[in-house]
Amino acid sequence: MNPTDIESMAASVPDGALIALPPDNSLPSVALAKALIRKGARNLRLLGVPVSGFATDILIGAGCVASVQTSAVSLGEAGFAPRFTAALKAGTITITDATCPAIHTMLQAAEKGVPFMPLRGIIGSDILANRPDWKVIENPFDANEKIVALPALHPDIAVFHGAMADSHGNIYVGRRRECGTIAHASKRALVTVERVVEGNFLEDEKLASGTINATYISAFAIAERGARPAALLDQYGFDAAYVSTYARAAKTDGGFADWCAEHVFEARAEAAE
Amino acid sequence: MSTDYRPEELLAVTLAKLIRAVPTHHIAVGAASPVPAAACWLAVKQGAPVRLSLLHKRSGNPFTEGTRELFDLTGQGRIDLFFLGGGEIDGQANLNLIGTGAWPGREVRFPGSFGSAFMYFMSGRTILFREEHSPRVLVEKVANISAPGISEPGVYRRGHAQALVTGRCVFTFHPDRGRFSLTSVHEGETVESVRAMTGFDFDVEGEVPQTPAPTAEELALLRGSVCDEMMETYPEFCARVFNRKLAA
Repeated sequence: MNPTDIESMAASVPDGALIALPPDNSLPSVALAKALIRKGARNLRLLGVPVSGFATDILIGAGCVASVQTSAVSLGEAGFAPRFTAALKAGTITITDATCPAIHTMLQAAEKGVPFMPLRGIIGSDILANRPDWKVIENPFDANEKIVALPALHPDIAVFHGAMADSHGNIYVGRRRECGTIAHASKRALVTVERVVEGNFLEDEKLASGTINATYISAFAIAERGARPAALLDQYGFDAAYVSTYARAAKTDGGFADWCAEHVFEARAEAAE
Repeated sequence: MSTDYRPEELLAVTLAKLIRAVPTHHIAVGAASPVPAAACWLAVKQGAPVRLSLLHKRSGNPFTEGTRELFDLTGQGRIDLFFLGGGEIDGQANLNLIGTGAWPGREVRFPGSFGSAFMYFMSGRTILFREEHSPRVLVEKVANISAPGISEPGVYRRGHAQALVTGRCVFTFHPDRGRFSLTSVHEGETVESVRAMTGFDFDVEGEVPQTPAPTAEELALLRGSVCDEMMETYPEFCARVFNRKLAA
């Protein structure tokens, strides 16, 4: 499998797609989120696995998003996600609230190819009251227990950033195995990587357990520092200053537009020169 | 003899006592929880045989199966203690991390429930911690329930809130009657001053003591070996509270 370029990868994402994104502590592809903004993506339905962060907020700010399903939207230490908060208030996006293990469970049902999986907890929460797609059933093995049945969730596209790809298109994500879960559960997986290396990770016992088999990968593109401002395993850290600068700028529509022009459009134009 | 201490140090010492009050083998701590993390490290440094799993520890993170592993562990009953807070907390220990106003937070939207709607049921017990103690946080009834304080029969529930620790006092939660009682008030507070700042009704049984101030030994541990452990994950907290900065 040969790498594609990130702009063509973004172009392959149809408007309205259901896109699964890992959060800021688990290899988000901020590079592909920026490419989707440049392409002018519209009506995307984002799924936070299991919560949402920086990439979700910039996609919302750029008008790419119709809805978000997630367990929380936050910029961590930098506070509330400003564009998410503004869009929710303005009514330009809808949010479907979940709780972290419910998102994992719905994706695991999809991985296994079963129609639903049960999960304890949740009953008595208003989250359940607002999820007509989640059903309370009787435990078939114990009539004294009520339990929530969650439907399998099949995203159209998984998007994340791997540390590296090999000659066969296998992707190394280390211990961030939720990226494997979303790749397994989704119809397609579009992945950016820091670099491509010769060989086959599956032949290397140390790398194999942190590798996602190319079977699940639809395309990958090289994007150096593609998770930035999120951290990449032990290779680079979280850029707190970048996120707090963003959080301040994105408090207003105009501030976000200026930030976007500089960090999404101009930065790309300079890189292309 | 009173020693100078910071409010965060009193809270960490108070939380550590609640941790050690019940046999505890395994505690999980989230990202935005430096005071609970300090309390856990203090309990460890005081000799409690506790395994600590810090969710957002970057080097040597305890989880190798992705973020679902925490919930799988908790579902099995392998996490004895978890910490939760809330944008709003009410007198029945219901938590609101969703927002105020109509669903899904039409007035003020909070970040969201995270794993609370599961962890609150399935952890062995939960200590509620919220530094701000005001009528807007401690309300009679939360606007939206992200995680309920008690559950009806037929719903599997392993644990409940053990206590609620705030910047003003310590409450104990009684799941049998679904109410808090006032356990102790921090220095400078009284039952009346706490009542004036609390939106929910709570029980007072007899004389309410003052929350014990940190001892010199506790402060030495916090500022020494606890701070050492916390520098990587909570550098801003260590700089602010312990006045210790990473070497440039």
